[in-house]
Amino acid sequence: MKLHSQKVAKELTATVLCWAIALLIFFPIFWMVLTSLKTEIQAISMPPQLFFKPTLENYIGIFERSNYTRFAWNSVVIALGSSIIGLLLAVPAAYAMAFYPSKRTKGTLLWMLSTKMMPPVGVLIPIYLLFRDTGLLDSRLGLIIIFALMNLPIMIWMIYTYFREIPTEILEAGRMDGVDTRQEIMTIILPISMGGIASSFLLAVILSWNEAFWSLNLTASKAAPLTAFIASYSNPEGLFWARLSAASTLAVAPIVIFGWLSMKQLVRGLTFGAVK
Amino acid sequence: MIKYNPTLIGVAICTLASSAFAQQTTLTIGTVNNGDMVRMEALASAYEDANLNIQLDFVVLEENVLRQRLTTDIAAGSGQFDIMTIGSYEAPIWGGNGWLVEMGNLPASYDVDDLFPSIREALSHEGTLYALPFYGESSMTYYRTDLFDQAGLTMPEQPTWHQVRDFAEALHDPGNNQYGICLRGLAGWGQNMAIISTIVNAHGGQWFDMDWEPQLTSQPWRDAIEFYVDLVRSYGPPGASSNGFNENLALFNSGNCAMWVDATVAGAFVTDTSESRVHDRVSFAAAPSQVTEKGSGWLWAWSLAIPSSSNNAEEAKKFIAWATSKEYSDLVAQEHGIAAIPPGTRISTYENAEYLAAAPFAEMTLKQMEKADPSDSTLDPSPYTGVQFVAIPRFQAFATVVGQQLSGALAGSTTVDQALNNSQQLVRREMVRGGYID
Repeated sequence: MKLHSQKVAKELTATVLCWAIALLIFFPIFWMVLTSLKTEIQAISMPPQLFFKPTLENYIGIFERSNYTRFAWNSVVIALGSSIIGLLLAVPAAYAMAFYPSKRTKGTLLWMLSTKMMPPVGVLIPIYLLFRDTGLLDSRLGLIIIFALMNLPIMIWMIYTYFREIPTEILEAGRMDGVDTRQEIMTIILPISMGGIASSFLLAVILSWNEAFWSLNLTASKAAPLTAFIASYSNPEGLFWARLSAASTLAVAPIVIFGWLSMKQLVRGLTFGAVK
Repeated sequence: MIKYNPTLIGVAICTLASSAFAQQTTLTIGTVNNGDMVRMEALASAYEDANLNIQLDFVVLEENVLRQRLTTDIAAGSGQFDIMTIGSYEAPIWGGNGWLVEMGNLPASYDVDDLFPSIREALSHEGTLYALPFYGESSMTYYRTDLFDQAGLTMPEQPTWHQVRDFAEALHDPGNNQYGICLRGLAGWGQNMAIISTIVNAHGGQWFDMDWEPQLTSQPWRDAIEFYVDLVRSYGPPGASSNGFNENLALFNSGNCAMWVDATVAGAFVTDTSESRVHDRVSFAAAPSQVTEKGSGWLWAWSLAIPSSSNNAEEAKKFIAWATSKEYSDLVAQEHGIAAIPPGTRISTYENAEYLAAAPFAEMTLKQMEKADPSDSTLDPSPYTGVQFVAIPRFQAFATVVGQQLSGALAGSTTVDQALNNSQQLVRREMVRGGYID
């Protein structure tokens, strides 16, 4: 009896804690959506207003002024394009390192990750000049290349970890049956680690979608994604909180819906190994 | 009977179509999200309709991102922008570097002499104009007439900082969320350093003496900064060291500030019925002076310029001439009402009785614009131009760090003495590096 009540108490504590953390994480998004439905004067009220007459004037204003679909389409193409290219490079790289390691594999993996530690602004000028000379400034292809390279270390690391968990016996059995390398990857490894690969892909999409530094610096009008769209609603001289909140809501809405739809896959991939 | 050769017709159509495409010019305009700029973006279709070969592409960015983008673009010569929105700090420096196209040969109808002389000078380098002003601003004092009446106080047209402090003391009522004065405290060369530089000027100080020796530990600087820190800490809102223009605008419009000294452009916002709770209870006075009126109100102009890397300089100049013209002001008046005309650039705007009647802040704006003189903004002679900034390339970097020091003093994390001593050392080091002094 005592044991049972202890178990219930534990479960209750865990549930309350989970809800508290979830609400804490969700609160900024909730507040952003709420502010987007206020007028500018309601948005700056002190104390903040929780109950008010909602208005869609901010959204109407945004659609009148900005070509939202152009920004959103750029974001979709760039995020998916860079993630697909990243995946095409990361899978063979992770395969080589996981199944044919050399004495330098660990060092190579660490070196790849270390490139993420450098602030991007450190390479802004060289990249900018390269883009200028190759005509990639303000092009979707340019950002796809940059984002694919930016996310490659994380993707390789993640996929490498999933591949490492595949028992070598399974591969050996396949080889006994006469499969070649291509067949081994396509028919054995990929189906087993599909959850992990999918979660790496989803994470790359989310990271690319949210990236702002390169988007703001390498695009002007043609290839500008939704992060540039949000930035265009900040105002150095004038109130802008409500309008900016509406722009942010519109910018995050697609990726939130995407994340929500793929949540099951994402959580499974991030919490379980390849064959568990 | 005439026989038509389909091949020839096809070739003719293709030639015509390709020549039409060849003549189509896209002008890319880098700009900020200020209300006047947004209005221009909406009205620019009128220009496209009148000039069918021109397509305008607006790239709207946050102010600091825009500055960084423009600098990178100019330095790399990548020609991504045909028109850039820059301020009166950048115009003479970038013009002097050869980064901007000269704004000469403007049509007579443009009436360049109608621009405020101070603004024209601020956008020129060695007498050559490098940008045309879209809207200009000085600074002034905003105050709540209802609170002044209740307390039996009278705001003079030209207050001194000490008078402002006395008013702030009398009207400070933090228990009711009413603060005596709101001033910028947020660190940044264009944020707290704008107001602080004018307070220093008013106290008889200057950034550099005639030998370019930094003066940040001089008596006027000490007097000014001690006064500023004491004033805002005693009678300002809590967390003032995080407040920039927008935060103070929000506080003033919500009815939390009895006084506010800031940009004249805010006149349109504080009297806007849809944005301000105090729109009918606000009046205007000059920016406070102290030992001198010189440099007590700043001068700034958001302007349009053409980078030398642009491939469409001629077309860009035509558009800028239109967007900063009287004709454009008439269009704004027609579409949005006369009070919405871009302020602070043309003398004729302030000779228009209709505008003066519709914009209660216009008269004080005019007085402040006329008073601000970037070439004579300090009590003792200075080697630099600029009122709230020093028009040298290094200013942006060192003034931001000085701004952080003084914001720290306001927040109480350091003393005024320490902040000024550190700032003096820092500015001196930068000036030695720049070859101004040994």
